[in-house]
Amino acid sequence: MVLFIALPIASVVVQSLFVQHEQVMIEVENCGPFKCETVIQADPDATAALRQSAPLGKYNALKTYTNRNHLAFDELSNIWSTSKTLFGFVSGVYNLPFYKALFFTLTYTFLVAPSVLILGLFIALGVNRLPQIVKGPTIFASLLPMIVTPLIGSLILFWMVDADGIIGATLQLIFDNPDLSLKASAPLTWIMLIIYGIWHSTPFAFVVFYAGLQTVPSDTLEAAQIDGASRWQRVRFVIVPYMMPLAIFILLMQLMDGLRVFEPIVGFSASAKATSLSWIIFNDLFGNAKLYGSAAATSMLTIIFVCIILTPVLIRTWRDFNRKGI
Amino acid sequence: MKYIKMLSCAALMTGASYGSVFAGCGIESGRISILANDFPALHAVVSKAEECAGGAVTFAKNHTAKHQELQGPALTANPAEYTAKIVTNGSIVPLLTDGLLRPLDDLVAKHGQSLGKNQLITIDGKVMAVAFMANAQHLVVRQDILDKVGKPIPATYEEVLETAEAIRAAGIMKYPFAMLTKADWNLGEEVVNMYLGHGGEFFTPGTAEASVNNAKGVATLEMLKALMEYSNPDFLTYNTGAVAPLWESGELAMAEMWGSSMGGLLDDEGSTPEVVNNTVPANAPTVGGGSNPASTLWWDGFSIAKNISDEDAEATFIALVNGVSAEMVKANNDKAVWLMDAYVPGKSAEGVSMVASAGAEPYPMLPYMGLLHGAFVAEVPDYLQGNESAEQTLADIEAAYTAAAQEKGFLK
Repeated sequence: MVLFIALPIASVVVQSLFVQHEQVMIEVENCGPFKCETVIQADPDATAALRQSAPLGKYNALKTYTNRNHLAFDELSNIWSTSKTLFGFVSGVYNLPFYKALFFTLTYTFLVAPSVLILGLFIALGVNRLPQIVKGPTIFASLLPMIVTPLIGSLILFWMVDADGIIGATLQLIFDNPDLSLKASAPLTWIMLIIYGIWHSTPFAFVVFYAGLQTVPSDTLEAAQIDGASRWQRVRFVIVPYMMPLAIFILLMQLMDGLRVFEPIVGFSASAKATSLSWIIFNDLFGNAKLYGSAAATSMLTIIFVCIILTPVLIRTWRDFNRKGI
Repeated sequence: MKYIKMLSCAALMTGASYGSVFAGCGIESGRISILANDFPALHAVVSKAEECAGGAVTFAKNHTAKHQELQGPALTANPAEYTAKIVTNGSIVPLLTDGLLRPLDDLVAKHGQSLGKNQLITIDGKVMAVAFMANAQHLVVRQDILDKVGKPIPATYEEVLETAEAIRAAGIMKYPFAMLTKADWNLGEEVVNMYLGHGGEFFTPGTAEASVNNAKGVATLEMLKALMEYSNPDFLTYNTGAVAPLWESGELAMAEMWGSSMGGLLDDEGSTPEVVNNTVPANAPTVGGGSNPASTLWWDGFSIAKNISDEDAEATFIALVNGVSAEMVKANNDKAVWLMDAYVPGKSAEGVSMVASAGAEPYPMLPYMGLLHGAFVAEVPDYLQGNESAEQTLADIEAAYTAAAQEKGFLK
């Protein structure tokens, strides 16, 4: 626990409080195959000396958390004072990268998690009623979306929704609109990402529910049947309450999965329309400009959001656990 | 594994026939280890350098698209994991900022007689890299479609718009134009090109403060948006990997692409003779009445790590000079626009040569340019999708850049 969880988080916290040293800039003349020009450039020796004396960088307290690329307190108060309507304020906030990502992350999580829960239950109920001979193959086929690596799965779907791909072309035909493109419009991209999320995660809920269904006591079910309960009533009043702990478990997993959504955004090349908190972290660490402090701050904020959202679910689980303990 | 076997075979053979000290190129001993990006022109250079291996000379190479991720940590180690890095005017900047490259003046004087003066990249008077190839984005057109609508090859982006409208009006294609506008590094590059085409300055001179929120910035964004009217609505997912197949399948009439893609468009693979025979590389258009093409020049070159022994540095330098020799150019003439004298420009190189001779700017070699490029990528898609005004987007770009530059220590 200490080695693999506490220490890494502690190091990220420390990292998020520091930024790089001020670069010592010097003027130099650069010549290349095309021309010569005078530019200012970082002085490696002077910067190295600074780095030697304080390897962590410059202490920045919580300023990275509050700058424009994160919680943006100054910008928020500015938008609040200048915008006349509520809509103006909301669109102003949505223009800030962190809030934009947060908005998509939360929308994704709160649409995908319940859908997965409900769909998984119905698939489990359906599969449970199948004749024995087709059950095995059906379960195997239903698990496939979960087996595919998320990045690969989203890439495959990305090619399928291309205007020349099988899904894209079919949709164009159905809606009789040759310009319909799932990649071009922001709402359609969001819907595509959310449907992908449901497609990818439902097998997990299904398999857990299916395992749970095998343990539902058959005498209770038969008693309900004798009392004249319809199939729906049996599901509603016997099966669902019985499997509630499983549902809470799946919800917990789905909330955690949803809050760290990342691969589909890369796979679908969707970053122009939808970004998530994890994507921002990735973007800060990718390429030449490595913003370690910035990435660390976003990571901490993500952890805080995960804690806030999971708290109600965890409290409930804790209570259930205690009640059973007694 | 196969490579190691080949290497040891080669070493054995050399040992047997020439005795144990002498290997090709006249290097007696040393460690050569090259990190490079992964495309055919660089394979040609590094493979040629590999011929110097043998005897007491060990050779290793790593071609990877992730070279930029590896270069910092690998060259910081002492001794460095790689003795040489194939860089561009973009990827050399972080290595210079961290002081991980060694000046090459003494090696150039000793072993670099075959190098041209224009190949030497000097920084603060010291040679830090040796360039061997050039690249730039430029226009490529379908001559048959331009003939159908009776238009010449566009020389300005305003003419690109007119021609695209003519093609659309003639009912030939609804979306005749494409550029590399994927919402990642690609889109940032298009903004940089267009802004330089308007004659813009990215920074207040002498400081690291961004200054793009001006009339030229607005004109840049407006031109990009106007062009995107004639590009497929999927344009924010378009990189070379997406546009090249569209071109080869004959779905485009004009495209702004990299010179290094031309070889693939002009060969007889993946397309029909009708498309290939009518594919013509052209200069990058100018824009807004400017005189320079709206494109940036790039070079690829080699640089040598600082944290290695002088002996290894010398061996690596000799091997790479051999790698960019006239012999290599002759064998791989059409793989790139080489900067060496032996190069005979072919059709695929016409675009880049035109861009270079028309006076395009090199991509800025500034340590904080990457941050501004990143800010373009983050903010410009909002504007292109019609979510906000150009002024708002430019203000956002400056704000995003400032926050990042403060964190990196370039701004207070």
